[in-house]
Amino acid sequence: MAIKRGRGVAAINYPTGMNLGGDPSQALVHSTPTGNFMVSLSSVDLGQGLRQVMSQICAETIGVPTEMVHIDTADTDTGPHCMGTFASRGTHRIGNAVRQAAEEARQVMLEVAAEELEVNASDLETDGTGNIQVKGAPQKSISIFDTALAAHFRRGRSISGRGMFLVQRSYPDTETGAMKPATCYAHACVVADVEVDDETGEVTVLSVKNVYEVGRALNPAMVEQQLVGGSWMGISHALYETTEPYYPDRSHGGTDFIHYLMPGPGDLAETETIVIERPAADGPYGAKGVGEMCANPQIPAVANAIFDAVGVRIDTMPITPERVLRALKAERGAVQSGAA
Amino acid sequence: MARIPVQFTLNGQEKAEFIESGATLLNVLRDRMGDTSPKGGCQQGTCGACSVIIDGELRLSCLTLAETCEGATIETAGGLANGSELHPIQQAIVDGFATQCGFCAPGMVMAIKVLLDAKPAPSREDVVEAISGNVCRCTGYEPIIQAVLSVSRSNSQQAV
Ligand code: FES
Ligand code: FES
Repeated sequence: MAIKRGRGVAAINYPTGMNLGGDPSQALVHSTPTGNFMVSLSSVDLGQGLRQVMSQICAETIGVPTEMVHIDTADTDTGPHCMGTFASRGTHRIGNAVRQAAEEARQVMLEVAAEELEVNASDLETDGTGNIQVKGAPQKSISIFDTALAAHFRRGRSISGRGMFLVQRSYPDTETGAMKPATCYAHACVVADVEVDDETGEVTVLSVKNVYEVGRALNPAMVEQQLVGGSWMGISHALYETTEPYYPDRSHGGTDFIHYLMPGPGDLAETETIVIERPAADGPYGAKGVGEMCANPQIPAVANAIFDAVGVRIDTMPITPERVLRALKAERGAVQSGAA
Repeated sequence: MARIPVQFTLNGQEKAEFIESGATLLNVLRDRMGDTSPKGGCQQGTCGACSVIIDGELRLSCLTLAETCEGATIETAGGLANGSELHPIQQAIVDGFATQCGFCAPGMVMAIKVLLDAKPAPSREDVVEAISGNVCRCTGYEPIIQAVLSVSRSNSQQAV
């Protein structure tokens, strides 16, 4: 009986969004009379930072500081339609809709500024700090504040835009069954090092090394936060979490929160996370969805590391000490009867 | 049902209420006193989101009967900031991206405050121990541990 070490590797492709009947999200952008921009969505921020990223996308597109953009996700009854915040789709789907709406609003804004400055809209650019100026002649300029006032009080224009992003439903080819379930994929590779106690069946994840390909990290600190938390969650899925430990038999399922096991702050594996950016052709500023994908590759990596350590393949999650011991026992039985 | 009076100090303010016997401190704080900073994650003592400090000790407000708090001094996350100036622990959590959905944070900061009040320069093991009763679904804990250690580093720099 001994503590054995093993190393496992896993790599995944992970689709952004879903595609069972089409995957739409819509957005509306409009300016206030003083040139701040409201983005109306019914997409919900679950805490992952959707509002921050949407305000960045809108601000970048219109050409204003992020502080001039407000995100209103108030009400799914009255907001523009969104399928929801799930399936790693928020940044990509909603971001594309916001970008399109912001482009239209920017165009109106430049048209109003052009009328005020008596130039062509195509000759104008934004300076990123809240002003619109003539390309090559920045002394000829108007603030977005004054442009919005002009639109509202003199020109009778609404500086606004509509955005809609739809991934069409993909039907399987009747001949081959082939279909296109996703338009963009994020990728990840993980190396996990584990220790397995072959007497107790206990698995300890010593370290995980994660490499994630995320398209483009629109907010690098928030991307890292998602990936670090996700990596921990992946280990938790691999070794700890379940509501039905003997599924499909429902006995011994937890009945209370206290029975739902997760690793605590004392059970952390040494974690290293590297981000690779390869902008997606159809992502807003190249972004892909990484919400779910970051918690997936640890599971096969840990299972492979356990195989490397003690030679048993466990294909049911979570990989509890009981499952490891049963697998080891079965393996020994097979070896013994093979020898006899 | 008969109501009973209870008085205590909440974040420096005298509070008095008539409450139902058996009401938890969590419910009284949230529903009767308008302090929604303690969160009811599980209401059974397993998640730590409802953590508050009662007479200097970390307690789970979901398992504390409000009527037992007569005359007590209670601190919650809602009282930590000084106006718009965050408490150093809160600031470190913001700076270190150590909260995501934020549901665990009000309990987490109280657990951390009790630790740092007793031990301004704790070891990593001390931090792990101190937050081990607080569940976080999002961060993977490491950013929280790092945030606490950063506060303790600046504490020890000030002490020098
Ligand atoms: S709500 Fe009190 S411990 Fe969870
Ligand atoms: S930040 Fe979401 S539970 Fe801790």
